[in-house]
Amino acid sequence: MTVKTPTASRSNLLLTLTRYREFGIILIIIILAVIVTLRAPVFLTLGNFRDILLDISILVIVALAQTMVILTHGIDLSVGSVIGLVAMMVAFTIKANPTIPLVVVVLLGMALGAILGSFNGLIIAIGKVPPIIATLGTLSIYRGMIFLYSKGYWIPPFQLPDTFKLLSKGTFLGIPHIIIFAIVVAILVYYFLNYTRTGRDIYAVGSNPDAAQYVGIRKQRIIFLVYVLTGIAAGLAGVLWASRFESSQTNTALGFELQTVAASIVGGVSISGGVGTVPGVLLGALLLGMINNSVTLVRISPFWEQAAQGLLILIAVVSDILIMRRVQRNKSK
Amino acid sequence: MKASTVSSTAAASQPANQINVNAPRKSFLARFQRWEWMLVALVVIAIVINSRLTPYFLNAQNLSRTSADFMELGLMMLPMVFIIITGNIDLSVASNLGMCASFMAVLWNLHVNIWIAAGAGLALATLGGLLNGFLIAKVKLPALVATLGTYAFFRGIAYVLLGDQAGRGYPPAFTYLGQGKIPGTLIPFSVGLFAVLAVVFGLVLHRTTFGRYIFSIGNNENASIYAGVQVARIKMTIYIVSGFMAGLAGLVLAARFGSTRPDIGTGLELTVITAAVLGGVDINGGIGTMPGAVLSLLLIGLVRFGMGLKNVQDQVQSIAIGSLLILSILLASVARTISASGLKFNWRNIATAAAFIIVFAAFFFFFFWSRAPVLKSVFG
Repeated sequence: MTVKTPTASRSNLLLTLTRYREFGIILIIIILAVIVTLRAPVFLTLGNFRDILLDISILVIVALAQTMVILTHGIDLSVGSVIGLVAMMVAFTIKANPTIPLVVVVLLGMALGAILGSFNGLIIAIGKVPPIIATLGTLSIYRGMIFLYSKGYWIPPFQLPDTFKLLSKGTFLGIPHIIIFAIVVAILVYYFLNYTRTGRDIYAVGSNPDAAQYVGIRKQRIIFLVYVLTGIAAGLAGVLWASRFESSQTNTALGFELQTVAASIVGGVSISGGVGTVPGVLLGALLLGMINNSVTLVRISPFWEQAAQGLLILIAVVSDILIMRRVQRNKSK
Repeated sequence: MKASTVSSTAAASQPANQINVNAPRKSFLARFQRWEWMLVALVVIAIVINSRLTPYFLNAQNLSRTSADFMELGLMMLPMVFIIITGNIDLSVASNLGMCASFMAVLWNLHVNIWIAAGAGLALATLGGLLNGFLIAKVKLPALVATLGTYAFFRGIAYVLLGDQAGRGYPPAFTYLGQGKIPGTLIPFSVGLFAVLAVVFGLVLHRTTFGRYIFSIGNNENASIYAGVQVARIKMTIYIVSGFMAGLAGLVLAARFGSTRPDIGTGLELTVITAAVLGGVDINGGIGTMPGAVLSLLLIGLVRFGMGLKNVQDQVQSIAIGSLLILSILLASVARTISASGLKFNWRNIATAAAFIIVFAAFFFFFFWSRAPVLKSVFG
């Protein structure tokens, strides 16, 4: 008995650590941070941390919504196109009405996103089209609508008023607005998923759709809801995108959907639904942001950026699945 | 004799997804499921509309040139049909295409013989497929996750290899792959290549035990394992084949463009998946036919070509393709729901429908209203 105790407590500690799915990704983040800091000490400064947060704010907002969709065993591939379309419509509206209040702009973007998201939700929840097909279709449709809307024209920076640019670039207590937006969204989603009944229903629908229905959860409504929420988040992201990059182009956020999925998956969200946490996704987005940032800092050719990102996504998901399997085996022993 | 007639009638009444290894061979027509006839009808409609809209449509030169534009898609679609029928997916094909073409371009720029360079590109793409297969069949990552990772990784390698350079000045013997015609005909070489490979893939899928296993994995993977099907090996094989075909598509595309940039073929994976699914391949696995997929590629090609002749922008054409994709699944599922439970005309359903119509109408009103002043100031 006494001989066995140390091993038992050690494996207990390991178990407690690995019980948090975030454990693996924190490990990767620390390793990456140490390596990069050795090569470029500037990495571990507050200013650089701020830069990383600035870069991932929009990603965080959309990835958290994407997480809700993935929790229900769905996927939303149309978010990039929704961001692009909303950014374009909002930029056009502002160009035509430069005096429009910022609150209205933000609400308008979210409303437009909600409508586009509700179309996804309608064909998925009511029309029973598999999510990947439905949103693959709307990815093309919404992207095409950007061209239809703008006729290929784009809004350059000088046509947007400064007040609109300050929506993301302005600071409050030294923190850029765009980061505050991301933090607020993260808190809201965290509260929603963990402390509201609807939020728990999202997990229930994802982990066992049939059981969820038997206990009286309206599955269709939950599924419809997550796509509307994702639309709202993508709409907000569209407004912030136009403000941060001071322009709106037809290829805005092209391919962004796969980044949001990557952030969720790297953050430990299970693609088969029911598993995933807000802190995990935040770490996933942070890791993606850190990779991009460190490629620049270590002065690796920018052409390495995507390869490094892809490789680290693979390492993250493979190590995660291996750790989880080890834990499962220990538990069953 | 009697037993065989009983089983043949039973087989005829079964839907295509049912696995019946002992089923007698059905005639080609019996195999031609309803959805394929639907696609034939749509293809005919597309041809009629196209030839009405523009006199340039029924022009052998034009048709020949256009058909070559869709062959990279077709080459990647063939193994994608296998993969989706097993219930998996490959998001990395277009990136793998880019990796292959970029590797070939780098070697060509280093004055390596073009065929050795092309072979090396093909080998690298096949290796990429092997990595996918390993991650999915051995590590047991979900296919969506694994190929999302390699989607970024392969494209990244393409950028690493080629950077801001480009491969160009390929010899005519190589560009023949993408631009040449079969001697004495108007048929592009790539179309001939695709046709031969489509027949091969179709025969493997519908006429061999390997093809049967593909369906059985898609219907019930665990049952297949218990039945002694080498599931891991089969998955590995189809991902390796998918990698090889993506590489082949990369060579054809590079030959057609006559040059290679690292972003070559970006985004094609979604069109490839669209073509397969529109062809009646069930994204959940277990259902699908090769003729259906080929017909849907033909349909996509005709729709895009026709709209292109009417000067519709490429991106706006994608609205039509996206709608076609959604409608093809939506109509079938709505029909199934209605026949199962009927339409319920209670006040709540009607009110909900009305609310959605009003919201979408408001959206389109805003869509046209908000752009008018800007477009007026820009285009006059």
